[in-house]
Amino acid sequence: MTHSTTEPANFTGAAPKAGPMLAADGRPLKKSLARALRRQKLRALMLVAPLLIFVLVTFIAPIADMLFRSVENQIVSETLPETVMALQEWNGESDIPDAAYDAIYFDLFTAAEAKQHTRLGTRLNYEQTGISSLFRTSGRQLDDIGDDVHDALEDINPAWDEPAPWYQMMNAGDRPVDTALLDTKMFDMRALTGEVLEGDLGFAPAREVSDLLPRTAAAYTSWAIYTALVDGDIVAEEDPWESVFAALASDLQSGADVSGYSGPGADMLAEAAANLDALPAVDFRNVMVGIDEDWGALENWQTIKLYSPDYTPGYFLNSVDMQNGIDGAQMRPENERIYITLFIRTLYLSLVITGSCILLSYPVAFLLSNLPARSANLLMILVLLPFWTSLLVRTSAWKVMLQQQGVINDVLVWLGLVADDSRLVMINNQTGTIIAMTHILLPFMILPMYSVMSTIPPYYVRAAKSLGATNWTAFWRVYFPQSIPGIGAGSILVFILAIGYYITPEIVGGTKGVFISNRIAYHISSSLNWGLAAALGTILLAVVLILYWAYDRIVGIDNVKLG
Amino acid sequence: MADTATESAFVEFERVQKSYDGENLVVKDLNLSMPKGEFLTMLGPSGSGKTTCLMMLAGFETATHGEIKLGGKPINNIPPHKRNIGMVFQNYALFPHMTVAENLSFPLEVRKMGKSEREAKVKRALEMVQMGAFGGRRPAQLSGGQQQRIALARALVFEADLVLMDEPLGALDKQLREHMQFEIKRIADNLGITVVYVTHDQTEALTMSDRVAVFDDGRIQQLDPPDVLYEEPKNSFVAQFIGENNTLEGVVQEIKGDTCIVKLDGGEVIDAMPVNVAGVGERTRVSIRPERVEFNKDRLSPDAHTLKATVKEFIYMGDIFRTRLSVAGNEDFVVKTRNAPDAVRLEPGQQIDIGWLPRDCRALDA
Ligand SMILES: Nc1ncnc2c1ncn2[C@@H]1O[C@H](COP(=O)(O)OP(=O)(O)O)[C@@H](O)[C@H]1O
Ligand SMILES: [Mg+2]
Repeated sequence: MTHSTTEPANFTGAAPKAGPMLAADGRPLKKSLARALRRQKLRALMLVAPLLIFVLVTFIAPIADMLFRSVENQIVSETLPETVMALQEWNGESDIPDAAYDAIYFDLFTAAEAKQHTRLGTRLNYEQTGISSLFRTSGRQLDDIGDDVHDALEDINPAWDEPAPWYQMMNAGDRPVDTALLDTKMFDMRALTGEVLEGDLGFAPAREVSDLLPRTAAAYTSWAIYTALVDGDIVAEEDPWESVFAALASDLQSGADVSGYSGPGADMLAEAAANLDALPAVDFRNVMVGIDEDWGALENWQTIKLYSPDYTPGYFLNSVDMQNGIDGAQMRPENERIYITLFIRTLYLSLVITGSCILLSYPVAFLLSNLPARSANLLMILVLLPFWTSLLVRTSAWKVMLQQQGVINDVLVWLGLVADDSRLVMINNQTGTIIAMTHILLPFMILPMYSVMSTIPPYYVRAAKSLGATNWTAFWRVYFPQSIPGIGAGSILVFILAIGYYITPEIVGGTKGVFISNRIAYHISSSLNWGLAAALGTILLAVVLILYWAYDRIVGIDNVKLG
Repeated sequence: MADTATESAFVEFERVQKSYDGENLVVKDLNLSMPKGEFLTMLGPSGSGKTTCLMMLAGFETATHGEIKLGGKPINNIPPHKRNIGMVFQNYALFPHMTVAENLSFPLEVRKMGKSEREAKVKRALEMVQMGAFGGRRPAQLSGGQQQRIALARALVFEADLVLMDEPLGALDKQLREHMQFEIKRIADNLGITVVYVTHDQTEALTMSDRVAVFDDGRIQQLDPPDVLYEEPKNSFVAQFIGENNTLEGVVQEIKGDTCIVKLDGGEVIDAMPVNVAGVGERTRVSIRPERVEFNKDRLSPDAHTLKATVKEFIYMGDIFRTRLSVAGNEDFVVKTRNAPDAVRLEPGQQIDIGWLPRDCRALDA
């Protein structure tokens, strides 16, 4: 008796003592424990280090890259650096400033020479349909005005057609260099071509000239850099781009006073200035609108301005059926909304698939864990069989089964359950996706369930029955709660696999049964809109993480047992 | 034994047989009858069919042949949950996802008992096993001994007609086991419940039980109160299995009433009590308890037969002396003497004469 009363008392815990508990060496017990645990953790960390590095490189890094791509938007400022600056002051509503037309002519000209203008057109076309053709056609016609000026100057003095006079006039030589202009143009060209551009340029813009003829000097410098460092030619021996001629005409017409200039080519310039009337009028607004009247349309300029920052929420807005407007983000028109529907459908179908997997797997896992080993093994092979068959084959088999002239419909018609003219539509819609994906994901539900159930000893149910529980109560109150970790593990596995599934919905889903991942795949491989694909992927990732968090809150993640 | 069934019989096995595989009978012919309130222990070596009997009684196995009755009614067709039999499993089978209180409350809930009544009963049951403060814990947070108490309380809380315990103390260390034996016995006596207790530990069986059924080979070899079982084993298996025992083999020479003369294989002649012998001229195995061997001639009757013995080993064990002798070809003949003030300590190599009262030497089946 005395023995028995003392024993439980030991277990109610020692009475609280004053002050912290001390270990044998006099340190606080908490600290000693923490130190011992830290050593253990360190060793654990070393054991997982190889995998951790592998995961970092192959998993975390791509995800980080995806996150970056979903907001990255440097292409506009790289391709149209001057235009972006010129549009900074513009409010997006008033008339487009002249400076913007000036800038875009030269930016586009350089981009067209570097064959980068269509890329930008494609990028902006994601935001505004049709804008890519504007860029494409414009690129071809930018030469025209320069040609005209070129001819006129040649008539005035044939020396304008020679590379050497141009070079002598523009190159600094012994004169002071406009390093600011040179640096800016180098920077822009590097950004545009994405190349390092190293080597001997063999040219430096003269400050004198760039002060007098700013557009000409800028255009010539761009051309010089391109010629020397991209094409690898000698600047002094090549004809400048037509944009340089257009720039000269524009500079002279806007009142450049060449009379004070005495450097190389001073007489050529004076001669040209004297014959100003012989040059065609160069006004870049007219030039651009003349190439394509769409350059007069406000919306194209708004698009350029909206997407000129280096980072943009545009892809994300796009992913939730919104668009960036000059007065803030707004919903797209009803008929252009697709992604929210797709997200909701993906979540909903994944839930349905997870649910049907649970319903179908539970009895199988139960049977598996209660059968004698021999029959259990046989059944296990049947469960695993799908794993050994190609996913594509299995999915295609469902196509054969489910189509209107397929096996199931034939059987139903033969049985008289369905009339021949009203065969069930079970494929190329959500039903098809649910059926096929449930089948494909079934093993991922059965295996964790089985591994949990096979650890539940049979004596618990016996004990429950001996305590008076019916078969059902014993199952529901005693067996089922112990099997929940298996359901949890299977559900998380199946749900996360389902939410990112792609091949099966693609084949059997039709238009009504496809998932968001099909759209992501489309943007990655067909439309090449990787930014949007990345944004959609990021949202999908976020949704999964949020659901995981919610699951943890509601069910508790330690209730999940994978083995 | 079927005819011993009386009106007071509460649990009855009538010619019960059990086979798992259709080839071997695990339980061959089981007849048992126990009154209400009895503490009956099934004792036997591992594999002798004890658990099987218990499972048939609880309803988890069906008898291949024969009838099991509870309270006079056959229960062969009653499912386990309707038998109202409490059970303590060897590994306790406490539900891991429920607290101690929920575990205890479970049998009451399935009986649709009201909440307040349930709580009162759970509290009482916990106090009965001195675990009142542990209602909120999970089984995993308890020690083995504590889990054992909870399992006991759970089997008792719904006031079952019959409580079955299958080696409930097997997982405990010796000290705790002895303590729990006492505890279980006390509670069973207090509540007056009927208990069928299974063990392979003979000390446990002897100290706890009203009656012990010794199992071997799918049959009950002997069913008697502990003292009868120990002092009057009916066959050599029981004699061997219960307590320490010396055996000598020989042939029955003569039977005179309740004594007989046995000629041992070595030619010596001894007196014995014929208990289970086939007749004169048949082989027999005589059994003498170590503490009933006498080597003080004064205490034997003058005409008693004695045997020559050589002392092989003397072991001092505190309360007793244990002396190993070589007797009539048996090198492992053990004698136990109480450590009394006048007790003699024998020296190895010493030659002595030993004898016994004829009623302490039982001639059993060969
Ligand atoms: N479920 C079963 N299936 C087949 N054989 C069994 C089963 N349970 C027990 N046995 C066999 O029945 C015999 C008696 O077992 P059991 O009743 O557990 O013995 P005990 O409890 O006395 O150790 C053993 O030989 C055992 O192998
Ligand atoms: Mg057993």
